[in-house]
Amino acid sequence: MPEYTLPDNIITTKLDQFIGWARSYSLWQYVFGTACCAMEFMSVSASHYDTDRFGAAMPRYSPRQADMLMIVGTITHKQAPVLRRIWEQMSDPKYVIAVGACAVSGGFYRNYATVQGADRIIPVDVYVPGCPPRPEMILDGIMALQDKIRKTKQVL
Amino acid sequence: MSQQIPGLPDMTYIDREKRTFLDQIYFWEITRGILITTKHFFRNMAKWLTFRKGGVVILYPEEMRPDYSQNNRGRHILVQRSDGSPRCVACKMCATNCPAECITIVAEESDDSNIQKRPKVFEIDVSRCIFCGFCVEACPVDAIRMAPTTEELAGYNRFRMIYDKKTLMTWKPTVNDDVVHGYNP
Repeated sequence: MPEYTLPDNIITTKLDQFIGWARSYSLWQYVFGTACCAMEFMSVSASHYDTDRFGAAMPRYSPRQADMLMIVGTITHKQAPVLRRIWEQMSDPKYVIAVGACAVSGGFYRNYATVQGADRIIPVDVYVPGCPPRPEMILDGIMALQDKIRKTKQVL
Repeated sequence: MSQQIPGLPDMTYIDREKRTFLDQIYFWEITRGILITTKHFFRNMAKWLTFRKGGVVILYPEEMRPDYSQNNRGRHILVQRSDGSPRCVACKMCATNCPAECITIVAEESDDSNIQKRPKVFEIDVSRCIFCGFCVEACPVDAIRMAPTTEELAGYNRFRMIYDKKTLMTWKPTVNDDVVHGYNP
Protein backbone atom coordinates (compact mmCIF):
# COMPACT_ATOMS: atom_id res chain seq x y z
CA MET A 1 0.00 0.00 0.00
CA PRO A 2 1.58 3.30 -1.04
CA GLU A 3 2.14 5.90 1.65
CA TYR A 4 -0.05 8.90 1.12
CA THR A 5 1.08 12.29 2.34
CA LEU A 6 -0.77 15.55 2.16
CA PRO A 7 0.80 18.38 0.18
CA ASP A 8 2.48 21.17 2.10
CA ASN A 9 -0.28 23.71 1.63
CA ILE A 10 -2.76 21.70 3.67
CA ILE A 11 -2.63 22.04 7.46
CA THR A 12 -4.21 19.41 9.64
CA THR A 13 -5.41 20.12 13.16
CA LYS A 14 -7.89 18.99 15.73
CA LEU A 15 -11.29 20.61 15.78
CA ASP A 16 -10.80 21.53 19.41
CA GLN A 17 -7.54 23.33 18.73
CA PHE A 18 -8.96 25.06 15.69
CA ILE A 19 -11.94 26.41 17.60
CA GLY A 20 -9.66 27.44 20.45
CA TRP A 21 -7.40 29.31 18.04
CA ALA A 22 -10.39 31.05 16.49
CA ARG A 23 -11.92 31.98 19.83
CA SER A 24 -8.67 33.24 21.29
CA TYR A 25 -8.33 35.83 18.54
CA SER A 26 -11.89 37.13 18.58
CA LEU A 27 -12.32 38.37 22.12
CA TRP A 28 -15.03 40.95 21.91
CA GLN A 29 -15.03 42.67 25.20
CA TYR A 30 -17.52 44.24 27.51
CA VAL A 31 -15.78 46.73 29.75
CA PHE A 32 -17.38 46.94 33.16
CA GLY A 33 -15.55 50.10 34.17
CA THR A 34 -16.49 51.28 37.63
CA ALA A 35 -13.46 53.15 38.88
CA CYS A 36 -10.12 54.70 38.06
CA CYS A 37 -8.71 51.62 36.31
CA ALA A 38 -11.10 52.45 33.47
CA MET A 39 -8.97 55.53 32.79
CA GLU A 40 -5.99 53.22 32.36
CA PHE A 41 -8.08 51.05 30.10
CA MET A 42 -8.47 54.00 27.72
CA SER A 43 -4.71 54.01 27.39
CA VAL A 44 -4.71 50.30 26.61
CA SER A 45 -7.35 50.54 23.93
CA ALA A 46 -5.73 53.58 22.31
CA SER A 47 -3.45 53.33 19.35
CA HIS A 48 -0.10 53.00 21.13
CA TYR A 49 -0.94 49.63 22.67
CA ASP A 50 -3.00 48.33 19.80
CA THR A 51 -5.19 45.60 21.30
CA ASP A 52 -6.40 44.79 17.80
CA ARG A 53 -3.19 42.80 17.48
CA PHE A 54 -4.76 40.31 19.89
CA GLY A 55 -8.21 40.57 18.34
CA ALA A 56 -9.51 42.20 21.50
CA ALA A 57 -10.09 45.75 20.33
CA MET A 58 -13.83 45.70 19.83
CA PRO A 59 -15.64 46.97 22.91
CA ARG A 60 -19.30 46.03 22.74
CA TYR A 61 -21.88 48.11 24.49
CA SER A 62 -24.18 45.19 25.08
CA PRO A 63 -23.09 42.16 27.10
CA ARG A 64 -25.11 39.92 24.81
CA GLN A 65 -22.60 40.47 22.02
CA ALA A 66 -19.47 40.15 24.12
CA ASP A 67 -17.12 37.22 24.81
CA MET A 68 -14.88 38.73 27.44
CA LEU A 69 -16.02 40.65 30.49
CA MET A 70 -13.38 43.00 31.83
CA ILE A 71 -14.06 44.06 35.40
CA VAL A 72 -12.16 47.32 35.58
CA GLY A 73 -12.56 48.87 38.98
CA THR A 74 -13.92 48.52 42.47
CA ILE A 75 -16.97 46.31 42.96
CA THR A 76 -19.08 47.56 45.82
CA HIS A 77 -21.81 45.51 47.38
CA LYS A 78 -24.38 47.71 45.68
CA GLN A 79 -22.70 47.09 42.34
CA ALA A 80 -22.46 43.32 42.81
CA PRO A 81 -25.97 42.34 41.61
CA VAL A 82 -25.46 44.47 38.52
CA LEU A 83 -22.21 42.67 37.73
CA ARG A 84 -23.82 39.29 38.29
CA ARG A 85 -26.70 40.18 35.99
CA ILE A 86 -24.38 41.41 33.24
CA TRP A 87 -22.39 38.19 33.45
CA GLU A 88 -25.61 36.16 33.19
CA GLN A 89 -26.65 38.14 30.12
CA MET A 90 -23.47 37.21 28.26
CA SER A 91 -23.72 34.22 25.94
CA ASP A 92 -21.36 31.26 26.16
CA PRO A 93 -18.41 30.99 25.76
CA LYS A 94 -17.67 33.82 28.16
CA TYR A 95 -14.43 34.76 29.81
CA VAL A 96 -13.75 37.16 32.65
CA ILE A 97 -10.65 39.25 33.37
CA ALA A 98 -10.37 41.10 36.68
CA VAL A 99 -8.21 44.18 36.18
CA GLY A 100 -6.78 46.09 39.11
CA ALA A 101 -6.25 45.37 42.77
CA CYS A 102 -9.85 46.17 43.72
CA ALA A 103 -11.37 43.72 41.26
CA VAL A 104 -8.80 41.04 42.04
CA SER A 105 -9.02 41.03 45.83
CA GLY A 106 -10.64 44.21 47.06
CA GLY A 107 -7.30 45.98 47.15
CA PHE A 108 -6.80 48.29 50.05
CA TYR A 109 -10.54 48.79 50.44
CA ARG A 110 -10.68 46.19 53.17
CA ASN A 111 -14.05 47.41 54.46
CA TYR A 112 -17.73 46.61 54.63
CA ALA A 113 -18.66 48.43 51.43
CA THR A 114 -16.41 46.60 48.98
CA VAL A 115 -16.66 43.08 47.64
CA GLN A 116 -13.37 41.37 48.50
CA GLY A 117 -12.59 40.24 44.99
CA ALA A 118 -14.84 39.91 41.96
CA ASP A 119 -14.62 36.12 42.15
CA ARG A 120 -17.03 36.19 45.07
CA ILE A 121 -19.69 37.17 42.55
CA ILE A 122 -18.70 35.52 39.27
CA PRO A 123 -15.94 33.11 38.18
CA VAL A 124 -12.82 34.94 37.03
CA ASP A 125 -10.35 33.47 34.53
CA VAL A 126 -7.40 35.86 34.67
CA TYR A 127 -6.36 38.24 37.44
CA VAL A 128 -4.29 41.33 36.65
CA PRO A 129 -3.03 43.02 39.84
CA GLY A 130 -1.81 46.59 40.04
CA CYS A 131 -3.27 49.91 41.04
CA PRO A 132 -3.85 50.60 38.24
CA PRO A 133 -1.98 48.01 36.21
CA ARG A 134 0.24 49.33 33.47
CA PRO A 135 -1.02 48.79 29.92
CA GLU A 136 1.65 46.15 29.45
CA MET A 137 0.27 44.18 32.38
CA ILE A 138 -3.25 44.28 30.94
CA LEU A 139 -1.85 43.02 27.63
CA ASP A 140 -0.13 40.26 29.62
CA GLY A 141 -3.52 39.39 31.05
CA ILE A 142 -5.11 39.24 27.61
CA MET A 143 -2.31 36.98 26.41
CA ALA A 144 -2.71 34.75 29.46
CA LEU A 145 -6.41 34.45 28.70
CA GLN A 146 -5.60 33.53 25.09
CA ASP A 147 -3.31 30.77 26.35
CA LYS A 148 -6.04 29.51 28.64
CA ILE A 149 -8.62 29.48 25.83
CA ARG A 150 -6.28 27.55 23.54
CA LYS A 151 -5.52 24.93 26.18
CA THR A 152 -8.99 24.30 27.56
CA LYS A 153 -11.50 21.97 25.98
CA GLN A 154 -13.94 23.95 23.91
CA VAL A 155 -17.64 23.84 24.69
CA LEU A 156 -19.60 23.72 21.47
CA MET B 1 -9.25 89.21 29.24
CA SER B 2 -8.77 90.21 32.82
CA GLN B 3 -10.21 93.26 34.45
CA GLN B 4 -10.00 95.07 37.74
CA ILE B 5 -13.30 95.68 39.45
CA PRO B 6 -13.31 98.93 41.42
CA GLY B 7 -14.32 98.67 45.06
CA LEU B 8 -13.25 95.05 45.36
CA PRO B 9 -9.85 93.93 46.61
CA ASP B 10 -6.93 93.91 44.26
CA MET B 11 -7.74 90.80 42.29
CA THR B 12 -8.01 89.98 38.63
CA TYR B 13 -11.17 88.44 37.31
CA ILE B 14 -11.10 86.25 34.24
CA ASP B 15 -13.54 86.95 31.44
CA ARG B 16 -14.27 84.82 28.44
CA GLU B 17 -11.91 85.60 25.59
CA LYS B 18 -13.40 87.60 22.77
CA ARG B 19 -13.41 85.93 19.41
CA THR B 20 -11.52 87.57 16.64
CA PHE B 21 -12.62 87.59 13.04
CA LEU B 22 -10.19 84.75 12.28
CA ASP B 23 -11.82 82.59 14.95
CA GLN B 24 -15.30 83.37 13.74
CA ILE B 25 -14.84 82.23 10.19
CA TYR B 26 -13.53 78.89 11.58
CA PHE B 27 -11.49 78.23 8.47
CA TRP B 28 -8.10 78.86 10.04
CA GLU B 29 -8.92 76.80 13.15
CA ILE B 30 -10.03 73.81 11.08
CA THR B 31 -6.87 74.09 8.98
CA ARG B 32 -4.78 74.26 12.14
CA GLY B 33 -6.36 71.04 13.45
CA ILE B 34 -5.72 69.24 10.19
CA LEU B 35 -2.13 70.52 10.20
CA ILE B 36 -1.51 69.05 13.68
CA THR B 37 -2.90 65.68 12.58
CA THR B 38 -0.81 65.76 9.41
CA LYS B 39 2.30 66.71 11.38
CA HIS B 40 1.91 63.70 13.66
CA PHE B 41 1.21 61.45 10.70
CA PHE B 42 4.41 62.42 8.90
CA ARG B 43 6.47 62.34 12.08
CA ASN B 44 5.32 58.82 12.89
CA MET B 45 5.84 57.82 9.28
CA ALA B 46 9.41 59.11 9.38
CA LYS B 47 10.07 57.16 12.57
CA TRP B 48 8.60 54.04 11.05
CA LEU B 49 10.64 54.39 7.85
CA THR B 50 13.89 54.80 9.78
CA PHE B 51 13.15 51.73 12.00
CA ARG B 52 12.95 53.76 15.20
CA LYS B 53 10.81 52.69 18.14
CA GLY B 54 7.66 54.43 19.23
CA GLY B 55 6.60 55.46 15.78
CA VAL B 56 3.32 53.75 15.27
CA VAL B 57 2.42 50.94 17.65
CA ILE B 58 4.45 49.55 20.52
CA LEU B 59 4.53 45.84 19.73
CA TYR B 60 4.53 45.03 23.43
CA PRO B 61 5.64 41.43 23.91
CA GLU B 62 8.54 42.00 21.52
CA GLU B 63 9.49 45.55 22.43
CA MET B 64 9.01 47.97 25.29
CA ARG B 65 8.25 51.66 25.25
CA PRO B 66 11.38 53.71 24.54
CA ASP B 67 10.32 56.39 27.04
CA TYR B 68 9.77 54.00 29.93
CA SER B 69 10.69 55.63 33.24
CA GLN B 70 13.47 54.13 35.31
CA ASN B 71 11.52 55.15 38.42
CA ASN B 72 8.60 52.99 37.47
CA ARG B 73 7.26 50.95 40.34
CA GLY B 74 6.99 47.36 39.21
CA ARG B 75 7.25 44.27 41.36
CA HIS B 76 9.13 44.21 44.64
CA ILE B 77 12.68 43.08 45.15
CA LEU B 78 14.38 42.10 48.38
CA VAL B 79 17.94 43.38 48.14
CA GLN B 80 20.59 40.85 49.12
CA ARG B 81 23.84 41.14 50.95
CA SER B 82 26.98 39.89 49.30
CA ASP B 83 26.53 36.46 50.93
CA GLY B 84 23.04 36.06 49.52
CA SER B 85 21.01 36.68 52.66
CA PRO B 86 18.35 39.40 52.53
CA ARG B 87 19.28 42.83 53.82
CA CYS B 88 15.98 43.02 55.68
CA VAL B 89 16.29 43.33 59.46
CA ALA B 90 12.59 42.57 60.08
CA CYS B 91 11.80 45.94 61.65
CA LYS B 92 8.30 45.79 60.13
CA MET B 93 8.33 49.44 59.14
CA CYS B 94 7.16 48.59 55.62
CA ALA B 95 4.34 46.42 56.96
CA THR B 96 3.25 49.26 59.24
CA ASN B 97 3.41 51.83 56.49
CA CYS B 98 1.65 49.71 53.88
CA PRO B 99 -1.78 51.19 53.08
CA ALA B 100 -3.05 47.90 51.73
CA GLU B 101 -1.61 45.90 54.65
CA CYS B 102 -0.30 43.30 52.26
CA ILE B 103 3.14 42.67 53.79
CA THR B 104 3.53 39.84 56.31
CA ILE B 105 6.80 39.58 58.23
CA VAL B 106 7.74 37.02 60.85
CA ALA B 107 11.05 37.80 62.51
CA GLU B 108 13.58 35.41 63.93
CA GLU B 109 16.92 35.77 65.65
CA SER B 110 19.90 36.07 63.36
CA ASP B 111 23.03 33.97 63.56
CA ASP B 112 25.22 36.98 62.91
CA SER B 113 25.97 38.86 66.13
CA ASN B 114 26.06 42.21 64.30
CA ILE B 115 22.51 41.80 63.06
CA GLN B 116 19.73 41.44 65.57
CA LYS B 117 16.87 40.06 63.53
CA ARG B 118 16.17 38.61 60.12
CA PRO B 119 12.89 37.75 58.41
CA LYS B 120 11.77 34.18 58.71
CA VAL B 121 8.72 34.84 56.55
CA PHE B 122 8.49 37.81 54.20
CA GLU B 123 5.38 37.72 52.07
CA ILE B 124 3.83 40.35 49.84
CA ASP B 125 0.30 39.76 48.66
CA VAL B 126 0.63 41.18 45.16
CA SER B 127 -3.09 40.87 44.54
CA ARG B 128 -3.70 43.48 47.26
CA CYS B 129 -0.58 45.59 46.72
CA ILE B 130 -1.23 48.97 45.14
CA PHE B 131 2.39 49.59 44.09
CA CYS B 132 2.61 52.93 45.90
CA GLY B 133 6.27 52.55 46.88
CA PHE B 134 5.69 53.48 50.53
CA CYS B 135 7.48 50.32 51.68
CA VAL B 136 10.55 51.39 49.72
CA GLU B 137 10.42 54.84 51.28
CA ALA B 138 9.93 53.48 54.79
CA CYS B 139 12.78 50.97 54.73
CA PRO B 140 15.69 52.21 56.91
CA VAL B 141 18.26 49.79 55.49
CA ASP B 142 17.34 49.98 51.78
CA ALA B 143 16.31 46.34 51.78
CA ILE B 144 13.31 46.59 49.49
CA ARG B 145 13.20 48.10 46.06
CA MET B 146 10.97 47.90 43.05
CA ALA B 147 11.90 46.73 39.59
CA PRO B 148 11.59 49.38 36.88
CA THR B 149 10.13 46.94 34.39
CA THR B 150 6.66 45.46 34.54
CA GLU B 151 6.96 41.83 35.33
CA GLU B 152 4.39 39.32 34.25
CA LEU B 153 2.12 39.62 37.25
CA ALA B 154 -1.07 38.42 35.59
CA GLY B 155 -2.13 34.99 36.79
CA TYR B 156 -4.92 32.46 36.88
CA ASN B 157 -5.24 32.13 40.64
CA ARG B 158 -5.20 35.05 43.01
CA PHE B 159 -4.24 32.95 46.00
CA ARG B 160 -0.97 32.08 44.30
CA MET B 161 -0.08 35.75 43.98
CA ILE B 162 1.42 35.85 47.48
CA TYR B 163 5.12 36.28 46.79
CA ASP B 164 7.37 34.70 49.39
CA LYS B 165 10.97 35.53 50.27
CA LYS B 166 12.44 33.24 47.63
CA THR B 167 10.41 34.76 44.82
CA LEU B 168 11.16 38.31 45.91
CA MET B 169 14.92 37.66 45.95
CA THR B 170 15.21 36.33 42.40
CA TRP B 171 15.96 39.71 40.85
CA LYS B 172 19.38 40.92 41.94
CA PRO B 173 20.23 44.58 41.75
CA THR B 174 23.90 45.27 42.33
CA VAL B 175 24.19 46.74 45.80
CA ASN B 176 27.84 47.62 46.08
CA ASP B 177 27.96 49.62 42.87
CA ASP B 178 27.20 53.28 42.79
CA VAL B 179 24.53 52.64 40.22
CA VAL B 180 21.17 52.25 41.92
CA HIS B 181 18.83 49.86 40.23
CA GLY B 182 15.15 49.90 40.87
CA TYR B 183 12.81 52.45 42.40
CA ASN B 184 14.58 54.01 45.34
CA PRO B 185 13.55 57.57 46.18
